[in-house]
Amino acid sequence: MKKFAGQSIIDKLSERFEASRPQLTSNTAIAEIREKALNHLVQNGLPHAKAEEYKFTNLTKALEKHINFSMEEESTEVNQGDVEKYRIEGLEAYYITFINGKFSEQFSDTIEENSISFSTLSNAIASNSALAEKHFDKLSKCTEDAFVAMNAVLANEGAVIDIKANAVIEKPVFIQFINTRSSDVQAKNLIRVGENAQVTFIEKVDTLAAEPGFSNVVNEIEVAAGANAKFYKIENDSPTSYHISNIHVTQAKDSTFTVNTIALNGAMVRNNLDIKLNAEGCEANMNGLYLLAGKTHVDNHTTVDHTMPNALSNELYKGIMDDQSKGVFNGKIFVRKDAQKTNAFQSNKNILLTDDATVNTKPQLEIWADDVKCSHGCTTGQLDKDALFYLMARGIKKDRAMAMLLHAFASDVIENLEIEAIQAYVEAIITSRLEK
Amino acid sequence: MLSIKNLQAKIEEKEILRGINLEVKAGEVHAIMGPNGSGKSTLASVLAGREDYEVTGGEVTFDGKDLLDMDADERAREGVFLAFQYPVEIPGVSTTNFMKTAINQVREHRGEKPLDAVSFLKLMKEKMKLVDIDQSLLSRSLNEGFSGGEKKRNEIFQMAMLEPKLSILDETDSGLDIDALRIVSNGVNALKSKDNATIVVTHYQRLLDYIVPDFVHVLYKGRIVKSGGKELALELEEKGYDWIKEEAEAAV
Repeated sequence: MKKFAGQSIIDKLSERFEASRPQLTSNTAIAEIREKALNHLVQNGLPHAKAEEYKFTNLTKALEKHINFSMEEESTEVNQGDVEKYRIEGLEAYYITFINGKFSEQFSDTIEENSISFSTLSNAIASNSALAEKHFDKLSKCTEDAFVAMNAVLANEGAVIDIKANAVIEKPVFIQFINTRSSDVQAKNLIRVGENAQVTFIEKVDTLAAEPGFSNVVNEIEVAAGANAKFYKIENDSPTSYHISNIHVTQAKDSTFTVNTIALNGAMVRNNLDIKLNAEGCEANMNGLYLLAGKTHVDNHTTVDHTMPNALSNELYKGIMDDQSKGVFNGKIFVRKDAQKTNAFQSNKNILLTDDATVNTKPQLEIWADDVKCSHGCTTGQLDKDALFYLMARGIKKDRAMAMLLHAFASDVIENLEIEAIQAYVEAIITSRLEK
Repeated sequence: MLSIKNLQAKIEEKEILRGINLEVKAGEVHAIMGPNGSGKSTLASVLAGREDYEVTGGEVTFDGKDLLDMDADERAREGVFLAFQYPVEIPGVSTTNFMKTAINQVREHRGEKPLDAVSFLKLMKEKMKLVDIDQSLLSRSLNEGFSGGEKKRNEIFQMAMLEPKLSILDETDSGLDIDALRIVSNGVNALKSKDNATIVVTHYQRLLDYIVPDFVHVLYKGRIVKSGGKELALELEEKGYDWIKEEAEAAV
């Protein structure tokens, strides 16, 4: 018998889709995708407890228990102070802010640079924008992942951003989601970075409600030839919130894409990062830091697919697990037959601070080309007792000594964060966690 | 300054120290010698507060305070310094940053103001000369990729920075060539004063040519079985440890 999970959620999603059908299916191209996605969900359900890709992270069970997938609730008021509080101190950026999944003109900046074209997803769909129609669920595929399908059925809001060719955007573009209620938010960002353009994006989701919330965000990012795009994913949500992030990227010739995933808090977080190096000379950098405490559970699934020759991918993920937290790392590297002269490096290192903290780590390399340089390594251990004693033997208090060692452990990932305000933000959190 | 009475300690059910008695006064240099496995390094580690060892009996007072009641960091702030036999490599922590943190925590403990950047650098420059250590070494990660001699010089540099009351040198001579041995010993001698004391733990006599002890104690099977002046070290060098073992076995 085929296992089927999440029936109650799928029933509610179907009801919601029917109730909002006029709004969700106004654009025929996108309506078709939504129908296909819903059909996929109805046929296959959500990942069951033993589903290979979700076996360490049983989101279906957690969402069934904690999240109300019925019709969206009325939202409460949010003020400027709330919005500011969840931004990053000292960081100048163009803020695009969504409150409970709806674009907030009030809290967003007006982007005056001509080389950035911004529209909300709902407007882009309503106006039959080519970017929306051509990119919706093109890089992510609703038939490959149930939560991507869920997003494709219901996501009607998000940021649609087109960076013009040769543009150099100094200020980062910060996509901020603030949620104040315990129901779900489904959002999709469609991003295109034009040829030779340079730009940095930051995404952060925060839940203000005391009750569990759920956000399911899909980013589809196309990086054109010669472009250099950076994406920061900062996860420091409330300890009762659930989050699924999908970042699907395709890179053209000689482009560079760098993603920094910093996971700090939340009930359960799943990050799917999927980068396709579809031309020669691409470079992909994947940095990750997960600094977990309490009962936080963070699962990083990354895939980099080398399809063409002479590309480089460089992956460094580090985790520090305290209390009863759980980390998961799964890093896939594919090197296809044509991808000769590929350089692909992967490293995952973990420190467990307590006996109750756990991590599951799995590198997965599949290489069909024969002239490549690939390396991978993963380590899991405790804080080095000899190093701790050495520092303490010079008079440094235990908390401080631990903080020094953990800063040192995380330092190479933190140094890769090129924005000083974000570095300071992460450093401060490491310090405050250890001095709690 | 340091008073050890009937100190006993074990590691994983293995008894290593079986009743050590030792009195160290300010201004004195004591050498602890003994064959391999006699408990020399254990004694050094227990005094510094390494948690791997369990103290099962006896007492240790340092300037009248119960040393065994303190954690390693508190002992260090009170003025106990252990120069490690195997200094630990710590990637990502520079010696400079590490020393600044340590020195300011020690100063805070003594009720002194933290050193500002300028005074700290001045102090560092002064102490670097003492052990002929280069600035570039101190900017690097702590002990990472250092040669054996550089690690030991770094230990003595740290000792010079922290100005401890009691320094315990654990096999500081191991792995040193004669030039490095001279540099390290000169550093230790320069730091000697009537107010501080030194315990030199060593297997060989040669270090004691440079750091001349007032007292020499021989440790065997976890006890001090013989004490004497510096001539005892020379006797050990000449005759080896077998006669000590025989004497000790006969006495039981």
